[in-house]
Amino acid sequence: MREELLALIEKNSRLGINEIAVLLGKDEISVANEIAALEAEGVICGYATLINWEKTNVDKVTALIEVRVTPQRGQGFDSIAERILQYPEVQSVYLISGGYDLMLILEGKTLKEVSNFVSYKLSTLESVLSTATHFILKKYKDFGTVFNSNNEDEREMIV
Amino acid sequence: MRNPLADKVVDIKPSGIRKFFDVVSEMKDAISLGVGEPNFDTPWHIREEGIGSLQKGKTYYTSNAGLKELKTEICNYISRTQNIQYDAITEVLVTVGGSEAIDMGLRAMINPGDEVLIPQPSYVSYEPCAILAGAKPVIINLKAENEFRLTAQELEEAITEKTKILILPFPNNPTGAIMERSDLEAIREVILKHDIYVMSDEIYSELTYKGKHVSIASLPGMQERTILINGFSKAYAMTGWRLGYACGPKNIIGQMTKIHQFAIMCAPTTSQYAAVEALKNGDPDVEMMRNEYNQRRRFLMNAFREMKLECFEPYGAFYVFPCIKEFGMTSDEFATRFLEEEKVAAVPGTAFGDCGEGFLRISYAYSLERLKEAMERMARFVNKLREEQK
Repeated sequence: MREELLALIEKNSRLGINEIAVLLGKDEISVANEIAALEAEGVICGYATLINWEKTNVDKVTALIEVRVTPQRGQGFDSIAERILQYPEVQSVYLISGGYDLMLILEGKTLKEVSNFVSYKLSTLESVLSTATHFILKKYKDFGTVFNSNNEDEREMIV
Repeated sequence: MRNPLADKVVDIKPSGIRKFFDVVSEMKDAISLGVGEPNFDTPWHIREEGIGSLQKGKTYYTSNAGLKELKTEICNYISRTQNIQYDAITEVLVTVGGSEAIDMGLRAMINPGDEVLIPQPSYVSYEPCAILAGAKPVIINLKAENEFRLTAQELEEAITEKTKILILPFPNNPTGAIMERSDLEAIREVILKHDIYVMSDEIYSELTYKGKHVSIASLPGMQERTILINGFSKAYAMTGWRLGYACGPKNIIGQMTKIHQFAIMCAPTTSQYAAVEALKNGDPDVEMMRNEYNQRRRFLMNAFREMKLECFEPYGAFYVFPCIKEFGMTSDEFATRFLEEEKVAAVPGTAFGDCGEGFLRISYAYSLERLKEAMERMARFVNKLREEQK
């Protein structure tokens, strides 16, 4: 049940225990126990909402930042990554293969806020060698969901 | 002026499915539960193969019976799912949807007056195709108490000296019924005893929710008397590509190919290239869709239980077939009022044969959100009807 349950709530975290139980053909108690176990094991780390902020009045700027760093003896990239993830404006930190080491996703209110973060906070960290900041201009698809998609049912009754 | 029309054609009743749905498209906030095709887009890697074939200029006819590569993949697929071996060169015909295969098969096998057994409720095209081929259709009325499976006794009772073909439409549209191995073994005896052929329409074979589908052709002595029909529409959400196939004995496939050659030439080339990709790499997509259908099926069954509406548990296709006899209305009346009063369109069971009276076909090829809304309306409607009856 574990994988099917996760696949289901990954797409819709608002489903109630009773609904999940019906969809998976299990009883509510085992579903509740499984979710509790998944939370305890840290498999389920939180329940978020996917928002298309462009449709709101809130101004937000998202940037992808490539960071090249010097790995530290005995700790590799972990120590610097753990330092960077402390900043609340940093949404995600990934260790990446290829031409650079870390990829950050940063959210700020304005361009200036993001650039201040890069210039004053990120670049000044000791082991950071260089950064490249890419601002996101438009989100077409996020977390598997297409924004502004036309959901109209075009199927016809034919026979 | 002389009457330009053939009586045989004029006498065929139009399909009952459409009736309500012209209204639905005009009606605001109406919910249709009527469509009989997947609500998924064709998986992207399959579409991409179709596009790629066009970019490479693969825009010619294929050989009449279909691309060799596709026929080979079809044989591999049937071998790995049913453990039946077909010869790709002589025993496979690629058709324009399963529908064409039904038509070609009947035309290739029927002599005037031969009887074709059609279990109902079932898909609407068997009877007209049998009539057009010159056969006499003989209807077997399946029963809710048997979960709409075909029993050996029902089959035995319908067979006469003229019976030539049994159409076996499982997993079934509209009931969602399946035939498990033991059900097939029971009817196999009768089929062999009377030396009849089987046209097994297995278009929903990938959509079963209680074990894997078993083809009757995989039973001893059955491959040589079975036309196995399947296609890409339901399993890979490829309805618009119009692609199906028939596998069977060389002599029958050969004659079907002859008609196909003269009437159709070949199935769409682009679709055939896409279908090769579907068979090679489409298994994960099928599984994803099957899982989602199964969740919706469970949701609907639970909704019916909660509104105390009688419905046998269907284990195939993407339809449920609840019983509405308690309201003392015909299926048609129920469906009409349901549409007028709650703006939900479902197909009356009678569109699939007279024995569908008292039932409603509800398709779950719709998003869960849509089904939730529809079931809220249905619960309200059912309660209202029960109040009226008091």
